[in-house]
Amino acid sequence: MPVPCLFDQNKMPNLHEQLKAKLPEGVLEIHAQHGDETVVLRRANWIDAALFIREDPAFRMNVLMDLTAVDGRDLKWKPRFEVVAHFYSTEHNHRLRLKTPVDEKDAVVPTLTNLWPSANWFEREVWDMFGIRFDGHPDLRRLLMYTEFKGHPLRKDYLWNKRQPLIGPKN
Amino acid sequence: MALTPADNPLHPATLPDQETVIKRTRTESMLLNVGPQHPAMHGIVRIITELDGEEVVNADVEIGYLHRAFEKMAEQSGYLQVIPYTDRLNYVSPLINNIGYCLAVEKLFGLETTERAKYIRVIMSEISRVTDHLTCVGASAMELGAFTAFLYFIKAREYLYELIESVTGARLTISYSRVGGVKGDLPPGFRESCLGAIEKTRKEIKEVDALLTKNRIFVDRLKNVGRISKEDALAYAITGPFLRSTGVDYDVRRANPYLVYDRFDFEIPVGEHGDNFDRYLCRMEEMEQSFRIIEQAFEQIPEGPVLLDTDGTVMPGETMVDEAKMGRIENIRNVEAVIDPTLDGTTKVQYRNVETVNKRASLPPKEDTYGNIEGLMNHFKMVMMGHGIRPPKGEAYFPVEGANGELGFYIVSDGTDKPYRVRVRPPCFTIVAALPLILKGDSLADVVPTFGSVNMIGGELDR
Amino acid sequence: MEMTEKATGGYLTSRLNDMIGWARKYSIFQYPFVTACCGMEYMSTACSHYDVDRFGAGLPRFSPRQSDVLFVVGTISHKMAPVLKQIYDQMADPKWVVAFGVCTCTGGFYDNYATVQGIDTVIPVDVYIPGCPPRPENVLDGLIKLQEKIQGQKQEV
Repeated sequence: MPVPCLFDQNKMPNLHEQLKAKLPEGVLEIHAQHGDETVVLRRANWIDAALFIREDPAFRMNVLMDLTAVDGRDLKWKPRFEVVAHFYSTEHNHRLRLKTPVDEKDAVVPTLTNLWPSANWFEREVWDMFGIRFDGHPDLRRLLMYTEFKGHPLRKDYLWNKRQPLIGPKN
Repeated sequence: MALTPADNPLHPATLPDQETVIKRTRTESMLLNVGPQHPAMHGIVRIITELDGEEVVNADVEIGYLHRAFEKMAEQSGYLQVIPYTDRLNYVSPLINNIGYCLAVEKLFGLETTERAKYIRVIMSEISRVTDHLTCVGASAMELGAFTAFLYFIKAREYLYELIESVTGARLTISYSRVGGVKGDLPPGFRESCLGAIEKTRKEIKEVDALLTKNRIFVDRLKNVGRISKEDALAYAITGPFLRSTGVDYDVRRANPYLVYDRFDFEIPVGEHGDNFDRYLCRMEEMEQSFRIIEQAFEQIPEGPVLLDTDGTVMPGETMVDEAKMGRIENIRNVEAVIDPTLDGTTKVQYRNVETVNKRASLPPKEDTYGNIEGLMNHFKMVMMGHGIRPPKGEAYFPVEGANGELGFYIVSDGTDKPYRVRVRPPCFTIVAALPLILKGDSLADVVPTFGSVNMIGGELDR
Repeated sequence: MEMTEKATGGYLTSRLNDMIGWARKYSIFQYPFVTACCGMEYMSTACSHYDVDRFGAGLPRFSPRQSDVLFVVGTISHKMAPVLKQIYDQMADPKWVVAFGVCTCTGGFYDNYATVQGIDTVIPVDVYIPGCPPRPENVLDGLIKLQEKIQGQKQEV
């Protein structure tokens, strides 16, 4: 049964199709479910696409609203992880979601920090929670958990109530 | 006996000359740690500042002291059970979080709530936004020594908490919104009490405005302090009053109107300098605009149900069977049945691999749950593990305007009764990330007003 | 001590222990260790509407060395627990601890890898105030319970 869409589909800017036309070999898949235009990219084209949507006059994505990851272990995704970024353009008032699959064995994605400074903390959080490293990141430390913490809690194989011993006061 | 200069080590003749002193003096910057538990930090965050004299040369912010694993807990519980967790994200304006989460799940379902529910959501969101701004402005004024303003604003907040309590039954952690509507209708006489409370709050705001806005000490502490440029603010993905104080008029309520925000006449206050004082003025003005929205909403609000009755267009299979058994077939003749192997216990085994959309989303009204067996069963069917509501497979991102900026929920559904992944885009996260940049060049004492204007909320920052 | 009856003669008698307890319970200098949501209700309790000053606990001290009751207000995470322990150790005797809100009592519904399941696993607690968050009335009730405890115990001088 098709899910009804609450958005006016005629008003959508179809950015995902434009990006696919621009980078035909780098785009794995596009969709616009629920009106969210989404492009799934190869990891090798992650930076190309980011540069393009930042500079192209039809896109002008000047805000990196959010960057996160999804662990697809329980859904048997191959590759296991997906890094998801949401962009927004204040000039055109439109949004775009970029995703890229990341393999568990080689969990590295090029960083977006040089293009959008907001990526700095978002990527640190993804490293902390999922263990995905960002190549070229200036300061990839844990963000939310403490340094003594072992493992990456938002991975599906980290048990939700697996507690680690309390650390004592420092000094 | 006369003293010789050699006897007095402080005699000008024995002191080294200026140049030697300068040559001998070694300068190095000092590291000063503020927090995690500090009286001027409402919230727990640790700021490590590098000081040259009193000037902040560099700063590093450490967060995560209130990490309560919201995103992990959301993956463990059903869609409806996430709602109480969202209350505790931004605990100063919990209603906006509630409503934002429910809107995101509704987007996954493709549901649209009833008109009355939309208006109620708008009214409650705006009341919440005012409580948030009252707390933020009051607390940051208190940290600068203006304790009176804080007392006045907490008094005003109390009027609004009483309103919220009369609608939701709780003061703070309200869990009021539901997927498909809101928990219950507004109580009788709410319009009058709400408008009365708004008048009283306006009076308090006016009083504080007279105390602070032209107060020399207050203005001097805020003006030209904590400045950030328009470009930097956008590059750091800062939203909300913090971004608007730099002159960008980005407000989700205007840019991507949700609920019924496109039907109201309201202004978006914009600053020009991007300093603490402009942020203070923006927040003060936004409260007035929120009141205007509430007043207009009361003019427009229609009567009607507040929780979506999802069998309006498409009816679940079991309801259809029930209706047919009772002989009421006129209503169902043209309705397409929805196969729902998950709720029909006996057929579940047969359809193990079939995944269908379950259109039922909303809990029955509490009167039904406590009053009759059908309501109770319906409720259990919605909340039991493995039985709850099941949005179709997919992903959705829904932004709402939180009190601190864009609050987005990104939900991935795998078709089961638990969300596969819930991600919150926390508004103050990006502002705290930009703090080192904002603090640089100001003096140490300016850390306090700047941090106050960030309005860092631990629950939302660390989740 | 029933003051009104016994003080009619211009003097009163009491045991030293009771006298010190009476003095201590109405001069509580509290240290609000505010971390989370409960802080909002702590603010409401402390401000004019509910006015905790009526119960002799109106003066928050933001230094552990100057305060004698530690109000732990809000969830304590594993990252925060060492800080809490250190602050408790810095307080001078006699000292009391109030667990404010269900997260500090038992961990509440945050039963997960990041949250301490009750602060009594880290420091001793005198009064538990449950509620998520507790209403201001509930907090005042907890405060009165603490005062009763202070009055009743043996006073170390």
